[in-house]
Amino acid sequence: MARRFRKLMVYAALLVGAAIFSVPLLWMLSTAVKPIDQAMSSPPKWLPYQWVLTEDGRETTVGVEEISGDVAPNTSVPVQVAYQWLMEIDGQRVPVMPSADVLHGENVDVTVNFHFQANIDGDWYSAQVSDPDGTLDSDGSIDVVIIDDGGYTTRVSVDTADVRRVYDQTTDDLSASFAQSRTLAVPRESLIKTVIGWDDRSELAHVQVERRQVEPGALSKHTAFRWGNFGKAIYAMKRFPSYLKNTVILCVLTVIGTVISSTLVAYGFSRIDWPGRDKVFLVVMATMMVPFPVVMVPLFTMFKEFGWIGTLKPLWVPTFFAGAFNVFLLRQFFRTIPKDLSESARIDGCSELRIFWQIILPLAKPAIAVVALFQFMGTWNDFLGPLIYLTDEKDFTLALGLQAYKSQTGGTQWHFLMAASSLVVLPIVVLFFLAQRTFIEGISMTGLKG
Amino acid sequence: MTRGERHNLLKGVGFISPWIIGFAIFGIYPLAASLYYSFCDYDILNEPALVGTLNYREMVGDSVFWISVYNTVYFAVFSIPLGLILALLIAVLLNQKVMGRSVFRTVYFLPSIVPLVGVSMIWLWIFNGDLGLINHAISLLGLKGPGWLTDEQWVKPTLVLSGVWQVGGTIVIFLAALQDVPRSLYESADIDGASPRVQLLHITVPMISPAIYFNLVIGIIGALQEFVRPYVMLDGPGPNRSALFYAINLYDNAFRYLNMGYACAMAWVLFVVIVLLTWGVTALSRKHVHYGGDG
Repeated sequence: MARRFRKLMVYAALLVGAAIFSVPLLWMLSTAVKPIDQAMSSPPKWLPYQWVLTEDGRETTVGVEEISGDVAPNTSVPVQVAYQWLMEIDGQRVPVMPSADVLHGENVDVTVNFHFQANIDGDWYSAQVSDPDGTLDSDGSIDVVIIDDGGYTTRVSVDTADVRRVYDQTTDDLSASFAQSRTLAVPRESLIKTVIGWDDRSELAHVQVERRQVEPGALSKHTAFRWGNFGKAIYAMKRFPSYLKNTVILCVLTVIGTVISSTLVAYGFSRIDWPGRDKVFLVVMATMMVPFPVVMVPLFTMFKEFGWIGTLKPLWVPTFFAGAFNVFLLRQFFRTIPKDLSESARIDGCSELRIFWQIILPLAKPAIAVVALFQFMGTWNDFLGPLIYLTDEKDFTLALGLQAYKSQTGGTQWHFLMAASSLVVLPIVVLFFLAQRTFIEGISMTGLKG
Repeated sequence: MTRGERHNLLKGVGFISPWIIGFAIFGIYPLAASLYYSFCDYDILNEPALVGTLNYREMVGDSVFWISVYNTVYFAVFSIPLGLILALLIAVLLNQKVMGRSVFRTVYFLPSIVPLVGVSMIWLWIFNGDLGLINHAISLLGLKGPGWLTDEQWVKPTLVLSGVWQVGGTIVIFLAALQDVPRSLYESADIDGASPRVQLLHITVPMISPAIYFNLVIGIIGALQEFVRPYVMLDGPGPNRSALFYAINLYDNAFRYLNMGYACAMAWVLFVVIVLLTWGVTALSRKHVHYGGDG
């Protein structure tokens, strides 16, 4: 009886602890797939939802103020519907803002927003173009003013073919630098009232909201994950593709470097008997004691001398020279391989490199997997290294880019920040699930065995 | 030295040559240079100029230095024991024969591998004063939660508490040690009627003392260099320098104020402290750590 009770207690404790330990990651994912108003709502809810209004067979997402208490059947409920006025300009539908008297008269005054963009080295920049109507049509080049990556206003001469007019579709477009607006008088029937999704109201330009009373039966509440947040977060981070590219490049290079150099060095410390070997190995172990800050400044000045600051080189070249920790791990493993294997190969006239390559390496695959895995994670997660050595945002890694994004938005777009964090975190989580056994073995290897 | 030995020496050194080259360039040189810079006035733009022990003497009177020391010691004193005790308790629970043990193990271990920058973002959100999950939970109890990351009194406790989430590595090492404790010890203790608490303190803890020693040393080294979470979560020093940890202060001196000589001196002080603490813990462990016969 007492034993069963004890087991129950163990279970309860494990369950409570597991629940607490899972909350942070689950909450990150939950926030990542919510619209901003639900992410910041109080009380917090775990699952994102949306209200759908079905009218004449068409479904629209709408805003509903949470109804407290019971609603009498057949009472109509107020909902909010978001819509835009669209107008066809140059073959595209452009949101416009009509003046108040949209329902009266033949013509309506509407505001159209647009900005110019200039293509500079493949990237489109918001640009100020003087007298666009006169010069855009002419051949040759045209002077435009842009704000460059450093935040400076610069005058550039570009080909007229590289300048385009963009009609603002989103609120981001509206706040682009050098945004312009025109007021036009247009026939009333050229304006099309278009209902948009409730989530899109804060992202699209010139959105208006109207209140309507609807039958409760036409309304339904669904769980709806906003997967689109991931794409939007990537877009908001702007340089996400290059962060990802840099991180992957670094992971590949550091794993290659570590595996090649550490296996060679570990072999030298375990499979060949040479005088002084174990004393030298003590030096290797001692280097693990040195905290990174001690060597941080001279490494920085040295890489600066090499001209490597602002490149990825300081982050991967050193891994080709064997880290102590990896050498230690591999040496432990190599020592468990019977000596006879090497001896008989030597008697057969095998060269040391061939023994290394054809006998020891294939046997050491599990240990090599551990080292590769740890290095991959270490590179993916590294923050201090990139922080010190990388100067230009286009060279940033994901870890550094995420921090840069957070600094830019300053904790307002929590749903995007969590979506972006998920994109940095999830690959590692997936990797963990794929290689769980290797992981646990590796950690135990670092501990006490041997 | 025989011919064979000489031959082996050549081969051995050949194999370890990547390490030798790396050690010279990325090890010995920076160590020596760092020690030299620590006695210099050095701002990277000009050549280092020897100033004797000025950097070290300046540290003594530098109030910001002492704030960062205080913050770091505070963090270490609370987070290391908390982490060790929690990890040990979880490891003991996980070591029981219960259903779904591997699932539990995954759940407890997973947080420890999550990238620290991501972790920082998650905690920023959960500990948010107005909208955070924690303060919502507190409000359910009818209380009002503090501004965890805006109130200087709560910044360090927040970092300590959230750090405990990532004890997975410590748990795994404890688990490995627990699995080597002979069952027979517990069985005879059961017969003698020893309570679980007595068994934990008098069998488990002594038997896994090498793992405790190892985790303690790793914990000290890690806590004294705490950098990423405070740096990302509080954008550096935090309210009234409450999150200005030693490593952040060092980084600021090196790369923000370009006091590179001073930064190097700080790094050497840290190094010496780590060596002394490790040595102290090792000396203590000689008395108290029990190494099993096969260990």
